[in-house]
Amino acid sequence: MKTFLLIAISCIGFGQTPRVGRPATEETIKAMDLTVFPDGRGLPPGSGTAVKGKDVFKEKCSVCHNDKGEGRQGQYPALVGGAGTINTPKPIKTVGSYWPYATTVFDYVRRAMPYDQPGTLKPDEVYAAVAFVLNANGIIGDNDEMNAMTLPKVKMPNRDGFVLDKRPDVKAKK
Amino acid sequence: MKTPGTRKPEEELPNTKPSRRNLIALSASVAAAGLTTLAACNTKPAETAPSMLGTAPSKYGNRSPHEAAARSLPPESKTPSTGASRTPLQDTYGIITPSSLHFERHHSGVPDIDPAKHELLIHGLVEQPLVYSLDDLKRFPAQSRVHFVECSGNGRSEYSGNLAPDPQASHGLASCSEWTGVPVKLLLAEAKLKPEAKWLIAEGGDACKLTRSIPLAKLLDDAMIVYGQNGEPIRPEQGYPMRLLLPGWEGNTNIKWLRRLNLADGPAMTTHETAFYTDLLPDGKARQFSFENEAKSVITRPAGGQKIAAGPGMHDITGLAWSGRGKITRVEISTDGGRIWKDAELQMAGFAKAFTRFRMPWIWDGSATSIQSRATDETGYLQPAAEEMLAVRGRNFGYHNNQIKTWFVRADGTVSHVEQGA
Repeated sequence: MKTFLLIAISCIGFGQTPRVGRPATEETIKAMDLTVFPDGRGLPPGSGTAVKGKDVFKEKCSVCHNDKGEGRQGQYPALVGGAGTINTPKPIKTVGSYWPYATTVFDYVRRAMPYDQPGTLKPDEVYAAVAFVLNANGIIGDNDEMNAMTLPKVKMPNRDGFVLDKRPDVKAKK
Repeated sequence: MKTPGTRKPEEELPNTKPSRRNLIALSASVAAAGLTTLAACNTKPAETAPSMLGTAPSKYGNRSPHEAAARSLPPESKTPSTGASRTPLQDTYGIITPSSLHFERHHSGVPDIDPAKHELLIHGLVEQPLVYSLDDLKRFPAQSRVHFVECSGNGRSEYSGNLAPDPQASHGLASCSEWTGVPVKLLLAEAKLKPEAKWLIAEGGDACKLTRSIPLAKLLDDAMIVYGQNGEPIRPEQGYPMRLLLPGWEGNTNIKWLRRLNLADGPAMTTHETAFYTDLLPDGKARQFSFENEAKSVITRPAGGQKIAAGPGMHDITGLAWSGRGKITRVEISTDGGRIWKDAELQMAGFAKAFTRFRMPWIWDGSATSIQSRATDETGYLQPAAEEMLAVRGRNFGYHNNQIKTWFVRADGTVSHVEQGA
């Protein structure tokens, strides 16, 4: 019997797990889940336009990104401009010139902005701020409503600008 | 040829010109057995032990007050929490970076997390969404492994021809630790993956909730969730109380302060895998999801910012090499501007995706020259030269720069990142 037990214990080897994870409730998941996918999954109810976003941007964003999203003194990034520069020797990467998905702008503003108070904007404020930035880049109109249905359909200018990693791409001479 | 015993690094020696007799004595002893110490050459005896008591034992040790190696901080900024600090690679020995000197790269500062309140959520395309505490993770069979972590922006200024002046500035966004934790695949086995699960969206608990999408294959391979670093809990700057460790992959994907793993059918296209950490080619297309850090090496001594104070004679060239694709199998050194390459001795080369220490004895004749190292990894990949890389990637590629680093030795013994007169 003793021998049998010893064998049984020693058989609990690699790959065994302690099964200590506790089931996560829908409530926990909803409270923590911030991810917005390119097809719009994860976008919350709410809406905003560039017109409504002007005040939100001025109050919450312009201290760093300037009144029109042009950035400040190289220290705070520009969100607007740079169209047509990406394939030149001096590319200017902004939301308008470089970012491939509008959903990414929503995801990032909601989780990380304003820089010193991340996570404090309400969904309507996020939609409006995103609409303001897209409009300032000439991508949507002044009164185009951004919501969970319309935002994923926005075609960003650099949507087709990305390719997968092709390394190893540089062959060294021996 | 063997190493001359326990000699101190040349640039740390007293700045006195060695006498001809000392040099001869050194050469003779190296030729004889290679076991001599510098003490044999000293004309003055070492100070004897003091006739007074030392300090009592302490709870948490500090280094000698005579040592001052430090991380370098970025230039003053209005957004310091988005900054980086760099490891003084030239001041480290062996392959392990002291935890206190491990490089930092934060996008919204270091959060203060109470481990008793921290939870990790696994959800999305799993049969059973689960929550784990730190104590829960410690009940899994723990593994300890030695791996480097490197920011893919390490050396990025060199693409544009802006050469960094010393190893800390050029390569200090890389560090190597012994990490302890749980293979991610064990947690995924508990939650049971649905067949549609192909990617994992990993999210940190810092202010910006930094998020990256990771292909499932890496998680089923060697990915870990680690809570230990060099024998103690990981440092707050490294993700306390738990971080994702993706051996060999760009630092940004090794999510710190890990709080959420979301199994999905595709990538989330987060800010840090679209707007940033993508590499712009001359034709305007940008490469995305470039995960592995390719084979790289740098001579850390003698290197930029140092002086070969002892003058001509035998010196030890040493440095670090690493590859995100496996083990380092060879490091070659050139001391004549890349014409002749000689094999360096590898030390601690047994770990895959970890630092390997290399060294080679060098008789410096006192003339101006340049020194370089190049690494080969177990896939046969050879580290390329700067001009080879530039021809393919252009100057705006940005990240993932693993080109050969050149140090210029001048006749007066100073070592620089640029040629004399440049």
